Formats: sequence, C-alpha cells, structure tokens
Amino acid sequence: MIEAVGLTKRYGAKTAVHNLSFRVRPGIVTGFLGPNGSGKSTTMRMILGLDEPTHGHVTIGGLHFRQLANAPRQVGALLDAKAVHGGRSARNHLLCLAQLSGIPAGRVDEVLGVVGLQGVAGKRSKSFSLGMGQRLGIAAALLGDPQVLLFDEPVNGLDPEGILWVRNLMKQLAAEGRTVFVSSHLMSEMALTADHLIVIGRGQLLADMSVQEFIARNSASFARVRTPDGNDGEREKLTAALTAAGGEVHSEPDGAFRVTGLPLPRISDVAHAAQVRLWELSPHHASLEEAYMGMTQGAVDYRATTDPRAGLHVPHVTGEPPTAGRAATGLRPDAHRAGAQQPGQAHPPAAAGAPGPTARDHRDSEDEQR
Amino acid sequence: MAAAQVLQSEWTKIRSVRSTVWTLGLAAVVTSALGGLISVLSRNRFDELSASEQLRFDATYISFAGMGLGQLAMIVFGVLVVSNEYSTGMIRASLAAVPQRGLFLASKITAAALLAFVIGLATSFVTFFLGQALLGPYRASISDPGVLRAVVGGGLYMTLIAVFSMGVAAMLRSPVLALGILMPFFFLISNVLGNVPATKEVGQYLPDQAGTKIMQVVQLPDDAPYGPWGGLAIMAAWVAAALLGGFLTLRRRDA
Repeated sequence: MIEAVGLTKRYGAKTAVHNLSFRVRPGIVTGFLGPNGSGKSTTMRMILGLDEPTHGHVTIGGLHFRQLANAPRQVGALLDAKAVHGGRSARNHLLCLAQLSGIPAGRVDEVLGVVGLQGVAGKRSKSFSLGMGQRLGIAAALLGDPQVLLFDEPVNGLDPEGILWVRNLMKQLAAEGRTVFVSSHLMSEMALTADHLIVIGRGQLLADMSVQEFIARNSASFARVRTPDGNDGEREKLTAALTAAGGEVHSEPDGAFRVTGLPLPRISDVAHAAQVRLWELSPHHASLEEAYMGMTQGAVDYRATTDPRAGLHVPHVTGEPPTAGRAATGLRPDAHRAGAQQPGQAHPPAAAGAPGPTARDHRDSEDEQR
Repeated sequence: MAAAQVLQSEWTKIRSVRSTVWTLGLAAVVTSALGGLISVLSRNRFDELSASEQLRFDATYISFAGMGLGQLAMIVFGVLVVSNEYSTGMIRASLAAVPQRGLFLASKITAAALLAFVIGLATSFVTFFLGQALLGPYRASISDPGVLRAVVGGGLYMTLIAVFSMGVAAMLRSPVLALGILMPFFFLISNVLGNVPATKEVGQYLPDQAGTKIMQVVQLPDDAPYGPWGGLAIMAAWVAAALLGGFLTLRRRDA
C-alpha cells in the first residue's frame, strides 16, 4: 500500500505536483496517467525518497521510504530505462544492484531470464535498444522480489510482443498480491492493463477511480448514421426527423451524423417513417482516449502550434497542400473515413494479445485504427 | 543494510567499467615513464649543474617528476567514479536501493580509494626503482634516510588526489564541470600560485603543493613552514573538506 497525503513539490516558482493525495492498493494494477510534464515522474521520485516533498508526505506500508529496512527487498522500481552506465554489461549492472541489498548473485541470472535478456547478459548496455533497456530496468525492479513495484513508462520503446509481455507481467505481479503502480501517458494502454486509475494533470489529481467506473462515466455511447452521399435533401429530412424524435444530432467531418439520445432501432424506425435510406447505422462508444484527452486538455504543458514554416513553404513547387488548410479539416480525418468504410470491423482480433476483460468491449473503432 | 554489501556493490561498479583500467593504467604509465625520462635527462646533465645544485640534488624526487602529469589521470578516475552515477542517472537506482546516502557515498569512496591506493603505491615503487636505475651513479637507495617515506608517500599522494577529486565531483555532480575545474587547476594554476614568489605564501597551502612535500628527501632551508607529514596533513584536510562538501550536497539535494 502506497499512501500519498497532500503531496506537493515545487522547483523554484514552478509547482510540479500540487496537493496530491491518493492510495495505491495491493492486489491490483494501478495506472498513473497524465500528459508529459504532469508530475508523474516527480511523484514517483518522491515515493522513492529521491526527492523531498515541499509539503505533505508519502509512505509505503506506513513508513517513509528512507525508513524501510533493506528497501530493495520491499520496493522495486523502474524509473528511467536509460539510467545505466553504457559501458557496463547487463549482468554487472544487475549484480551491483543485487549486492547492495544482499541479494545472491544467482538471482541476477534468474531475472535476466524473466525479462528475456539472458542471451545478451554479457553485452555492454550501450548497444541495447530502448526496448532492451526497458527490459533491463524491469529486471532491476524485480531483483529483490519486492511486494511493491513502481514502473515509470515501462512500455516506451517496446515492440507489440514486448508490450503484451509487460501487460501480462503487471497483471501477474498484481495477482500475486503485490502493489503495482504503473505510469503512462497512453490511456489506451492503461485501459488494457490497469484495474484502477489515478489521473493527474499539471500536478493535480483529476480522477481516482476504477477503470470500469472511468469507462462508465466517460464513454458516452452514440450511433453513427449515414445517408446516401450527394443527397442533401434526405440528409436534412433525417436530421429534422431525429431532432423531432428527441435525439441530438452532430455532423461528422465525413458527412455522417453522430446521434445521441436515441436507441438504434428507434433511429431506424424514424428514418423509415421519414422515407430516408440509410447507408450506415452503427453503435459506437466514445473512446477512453477521447475521454482522457477531454479531461486533461486544460492540463497539457506542451502543445504544438501550426508550423508557419517562416514563409519558406511554396505550395506549388512541392505540390503539398498548404498547412492552414490541413489544420482546418480536423484532427484525424483519415481515421474517421477509415472507420466509416468498415463499420463491421471495429474489433479486429487484437494482435497485441489478450486485452483486459472489461476495456476491450468499450473501445471503439477509431481507437483501433490509430 | 550492511556496509559490506554496499562496499561490495561499489567494487563491482568500479571494476565493471573500462574507464577504471584506462585512467589508472594511464596514471601508472605516465607517472613512471615520464619520471624515467626525466631521470635519464638529469643523469646526463648532472655535470652541468652548479655545486650548490649538485648538493641539493634529490634523486628520489626527480624520479617522481612525472607525478604532475600522471596525477591528472588519477583526477579523471576520481571524477568519473562519482559523477558517472549522475551522468548516467544510475544514482536514482543506487539511492533507491541505499536510502542512507552517507553510507552510499562512504562506501563508494572507500572502494575507489582502496583501489587508488593499491595502484598508487605500486606505481610509486615502480617509478622509484625505474628512476633510480636510470639515474645510475647518482641514484638513491630505498634504505637511505627518508626515501621509503617518500616512496610510500608518493602512493598516498596519488590516493589523496583521487579522493579529493571524488569529493569535488560529489559537490559538482557533472563530470564536465568537475574535470573543467580540476584539470587546469592542478596542471597550471596551482603550480603558478605555488611557485611565483608573490603568491607562494598562500599557494604553498594548496593541496598538491603541500602534498608534494612528502616525496622530497632533501629538504631545502628556504622551504615551506611544514615538514613532509605536515604537508600531507594539509592535503588530507583539503580532502576532508571536499568530502564533507560532497556529503552535504548529496544529503540535501534531490537526486
């Protein structure tokens, strides 16, 4: 059990974490979500006693990290996969960490096997890819067979097979009764891995609830309706009829509608009564990613601006459309169109492996297309 | 957490990177080879020296003439041992494993200092015997008064220079910054301050100027107001101050 109470960290004038209180319980995977720079890593460092909080405190099993007897046997952490001496071999890196806490050298080879690095154990880690670095960091966290595990962005740089492996490892560790705290900036990944979510933005708590609750609260269902292309009369007729029937109708960039407040059979009946043909009528859920983006929108530190290219860009020479036009058409026009053309394939057999029991059904096609 | 475990871990860290072999190897080779070269030159020029210079001829100290350059590699070793932790980010994993930061720093410096002492002492003996062999008829014997003290002192001097660098690196945390300050200081600035008459009064108390005294066998009448061991004690005080500064920095600052 990790417990933070009123955790605040200031670096000079900048407040990285503000009055953060939460509990991370054993036996489940707790996802720690937030955009880049929202204070996730700072919070993790404070949990590990590396950074001193400005106010408040955080304890593990009721004790401050520095009070723990032989901390590595109780808490394992992956903070930064690149935080290794590139000239040291993977085995030696783990060996010096093992020796710190009196862990026998044989355990090093065990964890190297667990993360699948036994073949490169003697290689200097500077030749490792980011994914291999992540595996080495995870091995370091597992060394002491600890009851509490912290992972900061463990899937960064991993291939799909590696992501699936990490996901299953987290679940397995939690199933063994351990406390597992995983940070990520990817909602889609956390929806598959975590049981509980703690969402922060700009260092402040935005949500602290189970994944099911998060989904129930944040994913409104809607219907996608499309009338035959190039027939504006039918389009307007249906809009009027659906509005009259009590539905809420929003246009989508590709010409379809997004209808809320009416069940699918009712929409079909209304269309039939209005003598409008439908080319598409499909059920959807707003993706968790969208809900998460909406929640953290005000809390994003690093927002991209349109690239004016300092007036250097000459459209007719390169043949590319002007940037302003592209920006105006919406965020992901391609994803919308692709989703419309194959509404029946909203859930391709997830190559990335067994997704979570609850989350998968609630992900919508746009999410999968990305 | 047993200190022996942390010490063992630090030893693993030191022996498992190549920079250890390179820096310590370079320190040994440069110190002895340059000392040997200067010994040969001194032997050939002995007859050209004036009578008073011949009287003050210090065969032991001449064989250690390469120390000024060789110590720079020792400084690099000391800086890298400590600041590697910061430049790689390994410090966070280390401190998460050893929350007692004083124990962590003490173990790291003990392990590195022991290694530096072994290498420094071996280098000192090799340098002495090589230099004396090349000095031929003007050589000193290890059994002459003060010579053994000077040779063992050479090893101590190299160790203290390395440990001083470790303390400075723990304070500054960046290898570039620490080397950027220590290298020119010990290569140039300290020598200038210690030998220019106007600044000698103060300059002779700088760590390397005071520490070098231990390697001299022939003491000059106009020399510093401290003896060989006094000089080494002054140097040790500098080292203690650097270590204290490093410890306070590590304890106070976020990792």
